[in-house]
Amino acid sequence: MATVECALSPPPGLHGKGAGREAVTCGATSDLMEKTENDDWVACMTAIRDAQDEAAFARLFGHFAPRVKAFLMRSGADATLAEECAQEAMATLWNKAHLFDPARASVATWVFTIARNRRIDALRRQKRPEPEDLPWGPEPERDQAEALALQQETDQLGVALAQLPEKQRDLIEKAYFGDLTHSEIAEQTGLPLGTIKSRIRLALDRLRHAMK
Amino acid sequence: MTMKNTTIDHHLTDALLMAYAAGALPEAFNLTVAAHISMCDECRARLGAFECVGGAVLEQAEAVPMSEGSLGATLARIREGGPAEAPRTPRPADGVLPAPLHEYVGGDLDVVRWRPVGMGVKQAILPTSSEATARLLYIPAGAAVPDHGHRGTELTLVLQGAFVDETDRFGPGDIEIADEEMDHMPVADIGADCICLAATDASLRFRGIGPRLAQPFLRI
Repeated sequence: MATVECALSPPPGLHGKGAGREAVTCGATSDLMEKTENDDWVACMTAIRDAQDEAAFARLFGHFAPRVKAFLMRSGADATLAEECAQEAMATLWNKAHLFDPARASVATWVFTIARNRRIDALRRQKRPEPEDLPWGPEPERDQAEALALQQETDQLGVALAQLPEKQRDLIEKAYFGDLTHSEIAEQTGLPLGTIKSRIRLALDRLRHAMK
Repeated sequence: MTMKNTTIDHHLTDALLMAYAAGALPEAFNLTVAAHISMCDECRARLGAFECVGGAVLEQAEAVPMSEGSLGATLARIREGGPAEAPRTPRPADGVLPAPLHEYVGGDLDVVRWRPVGMGVKQAILPTSSEATARLLYIPAGAAVPDHGHRGTELTLVLQGAFVDETDRFGPGDIEIADEEMDHMPVADIGADCICLAATDASLRFRGIGPRLAQPFLRI
């Protein structure tokens, strides 16, 4: 079986933490715009959760539904099925708004997980076992700064992905569109994932502490 | 409630976490990964990072316009309530099985329907799709699972007790990832009976003639 390990090793100039930071600085201008956009999506999620705000939902729908549809079509669904699944995924976003935690995921990440589960259900007709849920803890709005930091890391990861050499980026996309088996997926992505992992780990530690 | 075990030494590989994040694993592997993550915050955080890559891929995908009236149709769907989500079964605080396994078994260890497979070892096959199999293994303290090699990948997650093989010792929450190169003979720690979740995407190859004959009955 062909593996993609060599192709997924870090490109020159993207070794270690310093290189990750460099990639971020390069994208600083577009970063500023993205940041406000992401904050907006989080605010929309809160409005749906607290006030069943349909206007907020319409904004999220306008941005994410066409992307979910594209994601499903790239994963092998025809246009009709992709449209159907995208609508269902967006309905799930509404129904599960109370489970969204901005300290642990951006809205785009969360939409991705919903779309992915929809894909497994519709294209492979399987259940998707999920890890045990972790509640938000006693203070739902526990730390705005924590959520903001996570959103920033997410934006930086997006920039790093966009800057990967085409071949490598193509392989990562293939993996996420479901075109690679686990033995074809390599250990190395070339993406700086350490900082975002640490950020989420910190949020989990605080949550565990609050739950005690 | 907190299953977090700070002494977990054996974790998931990046490739498995990325494949789980991408939704590329067979159901039996998904179950095993979900069960490990339920017990391991380190891997939960790593999964978060890999899901974040999925979010970035989605964000950068070229959008395909939705059909006309799709927003209205979706809002109507929401108002109708749609098919109700089955609520997750609450897991008792003193249970051994993490939530995703609890759902497959329909309860905790007391409802598992064990089948003896010889030498005191018992197993229970869990209902998953056929590309890979998942089963619970009960290994009495000090007993061994027959020496076997693998054609595919085998994941073994310890839920209770511990086992030792040629490579290391594996305690609660630890996951061993064995591939084609590995031949091993797990032996349960003498201290307590060992309960594991094992998932494999190919049948195992046993060394001796006895276990080979038993293989059709074991369904592994």
